[in-house]
Amino acid sequence: MGARRWLIRLTPYLLLAPGVLWLLVFYVYPSIQMFISSFWSGTLETGFTFSFDNWRTYADALDRYEPQFVRSLVYGGAATIICFLIAYPLAYAIAFRGGRYKNVLLFLVIAPFFTSFLLRTQSWKIILGDDGILFGPLKDAGFLPPEFRVLATPAAVIAGIAYNFLPFMTLPIYVSLEKLDIRLVEAARDLYAGPWRPGGIVAGIVVGALVGAGLAAAMSYDVVVMAAIGLVVGLVIGAFFVSESFLRVVLPLSLPGVFAGSLLTFIPAMGDFVNAQILGTSETRMIGNVIQSRFLQNNDYPTAAALSFILMAAILAMVAVYAKILGTEELTSAR
Amino acid sequence: MSGSASVALSERPSAAVRAGRFLHRHLISVYTAFAILYLMLPVAVMALFSFNDPPGKSNVIWHSFSLKAWLDPFGVPQLFDVVQTSVAVAFLSTIVATALGTLIALALVRYGFRGSALTNMLIFLPMATPEIVLGASLLTLFVAIGQPPFFPTNFLTILIAHIMFNISYVVVTVRARLYGFDRHLEEAAMDLGANELTTFWKVTFPIILPGILAAALLAFSLSIDDYVITSFTAGRTSTFPIFIWGSARIGVPVQVNVIGTAFFLIAVGFVALTTILQGRANRPPKPEKSLGARTVAAPEPTLAPAPEA
Repeated sequence: MGARRWLIRLTPYLLLAPGVLWLLVFYVYPSIQMFISSFWSGTLETGFTFSFDNWRTYADALDRYEPQFVRSLVYGGAATIICFLIAYPLAYAIAFRGGRYKNVLLFLVIAPFFTSFLLRTQSWKIILGDDGILFGPLKDAGFLPPEFRVLATPAAVIAGIAYNFLPFMTLPIYVSLEKLDIRLVEAARDLYAGPWRPGGIVAGIVVGALVGAGLAAAMSYDVVVMAAIGLVVGLVIGAFFVSESFLRVVLPLSLPGVFAGSLLTFIPAMGDFVNAQILGTSETRMIGNVIQSRFLQNNDYPTAAALSFILMAAILAMVAVYAKILGTEELTSAR
Repeated sequence: MSGSASVALSERPSAAVRAGRFLHRHLISVYTAFAILYLMLPVAVMALFSFNDPPGKSNVIWHSFSLKAWLDPFGVPQLFDVVQTSVAVAFLSTIVATALGTLIALALVRYGFRGSALTNMLIFLPMATPEIVLGASLLTLFVAIGQPPFFPTNFLTILIAHIMFNISYVVVTVRARLYGFDRHLEEAAMDLGANELTTFWKVTFPIILPGILAAALLAFSLSIDDYVITSFTAGRTSTFPIFIWGSARIGVPVQVNVIGTAFFLIAVGFVALTTILQGRANRPPKPEKSLGARTVAAPEPTLAPAPEA
C-alpha cells in the first residue's frame, strides 16, 4: 500500500520528467551557455577561453550596433501598432458580427500560416515591386510618379513584419472579445451610454495624430503629412465609431487580449531579420540580421552571443514595464 | 462636418441614428472583407506565380501562363532532397514533441504538485523568447560541446531544436482540451470496475485525442516552416525553408511556389476534413475553440502568467 501511495505521488513528476528534462537541457542550459559564450575570446580554430575581462564585448557591441538595435525597436514597435490598428476591428467584427461565419473567418485569419513564412514574404516582394502588380499599373496610369517605391524602404520592412504577425494580434483580441458578455453592452446602453461625439472627436484627433506622426517617424516619411492623415482618420473613427459603451465596457474588458496580442507580435518582430533581408536593404538591417551574420558568416560567437543576450534582456525588461503599466495582474484576475 | 452632423442629429434623430448604424454595420463588413483579402493576398500571389513561366531565374515579374512547374515539381536540383529532409524533421519532431508535451499537459492539469508554477513558467518562456535567441543559444551550446554528434551541426541538431520549440505549443494546445474535460466520465468508468490504465485508454484518451491531433498538426506546420531556428542548427544540412532562403538572392525557382501551394492545399484540406469529422462526431458547444487552439490562439492563456504563476 505504501509503495502504491508513493507511486501516485510520483506520477506527476514521472509524466513531466522527459519533456521538462528536454527543455532544461536544450532551452535553459543553452541560455546559460549563451551568457558564458559572450565572455569568450578566441576563434573556432584556436578554441575559446572564458574570462570576465571580456565584458568589453558588450560595450563594443552596444556601441557598434546601436543603430540596428534602435531600428529593431522602432520597426517592431511600429509594426505592433499597425497590427493593433488592423487587428482590433477585424477581431471585433468576427466576434460580434461573425454570426455563423465565425469559424470560417477565423480559419481565414490563420490560413496564411499554412504557407511558408519565407514564401509569403517573397510574395510581398512581388506585390510591392517597383513595377510589380500593384504599383506597375498605377504608375502606367500616371497616379504615381515613376520614381515612387516602397520596396527596399523601411515602410516595406515594417509592412512585411506587420503582415506576418497579424494573426498573432488578431486571435488573442478575438478570444477576449468573444468571452465578453454582450449583456454588459446592453446594460450600458440602458444606462444612457450613447455615442460619444465630443470626446470621441477629441480623442480620435489626438490619438490619430500621434499614431500618424509616430509611424511617419519610424518610416522616415513626412511627419506633418502623416500626422494630418492620422488626425483626419482618427476624427472620423472617433466621431462615428467610438461610443461610450465601447470605451467604458468593451475596450477595457478586451485589454488582456490586447496585452497578449501585442507581446506575441512585438517579441518576434523585435528579433525578426527575414523581412529586413528580403524586403529591405543594408540601410534597414535590424539587430537580428547582425546576430545571424555574426554567428553564421563571421563565426564571431562572443559578439553574437552578447548581442542575443542584450536583445533578450531588453525584451524581458520592456515586457515587465509594459505589464506594470497595463496592470495585467488586475486585468487577468478580472477574467 | 461634425457641426452639420449634430444639426442633423437634433432635427431628425431617428433617421440619423439609423444612418449611423447602417454605416457602422456595413463599413465593418466591408472592412472585414478587405482585411481577409489582405491576409490571403500573398498566398494567392504565391499560387499564381506557380503558373508563371519566367524567361530567367527570377520569378518576380509575371510572364506567361504555364503548367511546366506543376508537371515537374522536383525539376530543380536538390529540391526533392530538401523537401524530404523537411518532412522527415517535421514528422519525427512532431511525434516526440507531441508525446512529451501531452504528458506534461496531463501532469499540469490532473495533478496538484510542488513546482507546477515553475513548470508553467518553463513552458511559457520558450514561446516568449524570440526565435533568433532560441537558435543562437542552441548554437552556442553545440559550439561549446564542439564534437560529434552535436558539432558540426547536422540533422540531429535540427531535430533537437524542433522538438524543443514544439513542446510548449503542444502543452498549451492539449491543456486547453483537458480543461474542458468532464472528470465524471472517468469516475463513472472506475465505478464500473475499470482500472486507471483501462480508464485512460478507453475514456480519457479518446476524448482528448482531438486536442492531441490539433497539437500534432500545429507542431508539424511549425516545424516544416521553421527557418530562423533551423538556420542556426542546420550546419550543411538543408531544409525546404533554408533552400528558399538560399535561392532568394538569385531567384526562387517556380517549383518552390508549386510545392508551397501544394503544402497549403494539403494543410487546408486536412484541417477542413478533421473539422468536418469532428463536427460530425461530437458537436462541441464552442467549435471555434478547437480551431483557435490549433494555431496561435493557443499561447493566449499562457501569456497571462499571473493566474498560473
